[in-house]
Amino acid sequence: MAEPIADDLLQGYAQPTPNGHFGQYGGRFVAETLTHALDGLADLYASLKDDPEFKRELHEDLAHFVGRPTPLYLAERLTASLGGASVYLKREDLNHTGAHKVCNTIGQALLAKRMGKPRVIAETGAGQHGVATATVAARLGLACDVYMGEADVHRQSLNVYRMKLMGANVVPVTSGSKTLKDAMNEAMRDWVTNVDDTHYIIGTVAGPHPYPMLVRDFASIIGQEARAQMLQQVGKLPDVVVACVGGGSNAMGIFHPFIDDADVALVGVEAGGHGLSTGAHAAPLNDGKVGVLHGNRSYLMSDDDGQVMETHSVSAGLDYPGVGPEHAFLKDIGRATYAAATDDEAMAAFRMLNRQEGILPALETSHALAWVVENAPKMAPEQNILVNLSGRGDKDILTVADIDGITL
Amino acid sequence: MSAASPEAAQGRITEQFKVLKAQGQKALVTFITAGDPGPEFTVPAMHSLVAGGANLLELGIPFSDPEAEGPAIQAANERALAQGMTLTKVMEMVVEFRQSDATTPVVLMGYLNSVLAMPDFPARARTAGVDGLIMVNLPLEEAADLQKGLSAKGLDLVSLIAPTTADRRAQEIASNSSGFLYYVSLKGTTGSGALAVDEVAERMKFLRTLSDVPICVGFGIKDAASAAAVGAHADGVVVGSALVQLMADAPDVPTAEQRLQTATAAIRQGLDA
Repeated sequence: MAEPIADDLLQGYAQPTPNGHFGQYGGRFVAETLTHALDGLADLYASLKDDPEFKRELHEDLAHFVGRPTPLYLAERLTASLGGASVYLKREDLNHTGAHKVCNTIGQALLAKRMGKPRVIAETGAGQHGVATATVAARLGLACDVYMGEADVHRQSLNVYRMKLMGANVVPVTSGSKTLKDAMNEAMRDWVTNVDDTHYIIGTVAGPHPYPMLVRDFASIIGQEARAQMLQQVGKLPDVVVACVGGGSNAMGIFHPFIDDADVALVGVEAGGHGLSTGAHAAPLNDGKVGVLHGNRSYLMSDDDGQVMETHSVSAGLDYPGVGPEHAFLKDIGRATYAAATDDEAMAAFRMLNRQEGILPALETSHALAWVVENAPKMAPEQNILVNLSGRGDKDILTVADIDGITL
Repeated sequence: MSAASPEAAQGRITEQFKVLKAQGQKALVTFITAGDPGPEFTVPAMHSLVAGGANLLELGIPFSDPEAEGPAIQAANERALAQGMTLTKVMEMVVEFRQSDATTPVVLMGYLNSVLAMPDFPARARTAGVDGLIMVNLPLEEAADLQKGLSAKGLDLVSLIAPTTADRRAQEIASNSSGFLYYVSLKGTTGSGALAVDEVAERMKFLRTLSDVPICVGFGIKDAASAAAVGAHADGVVVGSALVQLMADAPDVPTAEQRLQTATAAIRQGLDA
């Protein structure tokens, strides 16, 4: 079992502030009714995060239920065909439930248990966070309602059924654009109504404080392991760490333990959809402006009247108009850079990994791989890229078949 | 009128509560969403509410993601946005309203992102004849900047207190409040049916000790009976979803005007009884 990296490596970078601000970003922009619950959650987390018993419980679950540590894998054929830097994959696709999301839901479910809350709720887009929440709810015997945009319920029918098999109630959301952002609105409405007995398991590094910090910390096991594995297997840190960014939890999870390693470049890849110039994308860090949605201030795709715009991405998990506030902060201070990959570039990278490595990555993850396909050839052979292979693509089979014009 | 002096703008809400108190009356505060079900409904509706006995008008700024609203007001937001409503148009409606009503306070209510998108909001709101602002998703800790900008233009930022707000925090909110305090009567979204009058009464006793600012209670008040029950413990009541519901299926403006005036008058009667 990989232990977390010693805290002294993170000493230089200490975000957020006690009020949950990352520079001008983050904070807590919610209805007054929720303030009490958020204070309670922040206090509980502060008291537990260094508690040996809580850490033991968490790591026990991550080891024996989730199957961590996940491997660090040198993609040899891909590296050879790109003809530049070596490409290392952090195999988050091998987690139980098929993606990194379960690391966060396990952590938060343990918090819910400590708070004595018998019910959890979640929002989901592609369904991975919903599945990860339903999974831990089943394991801990918690009631579970998952809010999902009606459009996504149809697009991701396999994950909907997986959630139902584990006893969760999937609630289709018919308001607004019927996608992830609307599911989050509906989950907030549920929480404001049932705040006494319900914990809201937010699935990404967004939402009001303390969620961006909490979700990042639970996801940081990815970067902690990967950093140690790079040192152990390769003998040095990577030159670049790459991850896809929707809300940005897998990216924050792998970035965070590297933030004080000034020589390691951090690259997030947003969903470029049909192309940044078309406006049909989900890339607020590339083409958005500062705004407030779902409890925090960050970059946001909104129009001149402040209305949140509809987004487009081939991957439901990146199809979100906002982004975690810590990414906004890392962008502004120049510690991380944010690129975008189009639907087509992501699909091409997806197929490349299928054929050359025998891995079906999630379409979300394929955006990070698209950056690698473009940039690894420009790098020297002695350089290394670490990619967060954040999830597996089984859930996307129907979407891909559809693009190929095949009915399964 | 757009030429109103800053002092007048500062005073309208406070003045209204002073007058009501002198008359021994409770404030009837009404909420409708601007531009719902169509832009032509709003100004006539505002006048009808006043004619029916409303003392203060809340006008909702339509927003794409109204995360604290129940189904009635969510739908109102969607209808208004489908008709092309913007914050600029909301301001224009207030200007038009002020042409024949210079005294009834108007408070805009909505979500922070709408206001952030208009950097000169305080100046424009004041010029339009707006008296205050309620931001659903702007708790005390984040409010300082906007509050400064508003108060420089003589506008009140109305603070909200919830059933879950701890005592010390309520004290802090109360001492930062201006215009009036909005007590959210229940845990839930707007228009929810779970109003518990005893709990509200209990909480009001405590809130009364914190500040001299008038306190209005909203969420879950829908008719004369609930208005009377809650009004007995507060300086005023806020009615929203029930009125929005009445307008939703009004076939034309005169019907909406008539329905609103009748409903408001009935609630007024309950409140005054």
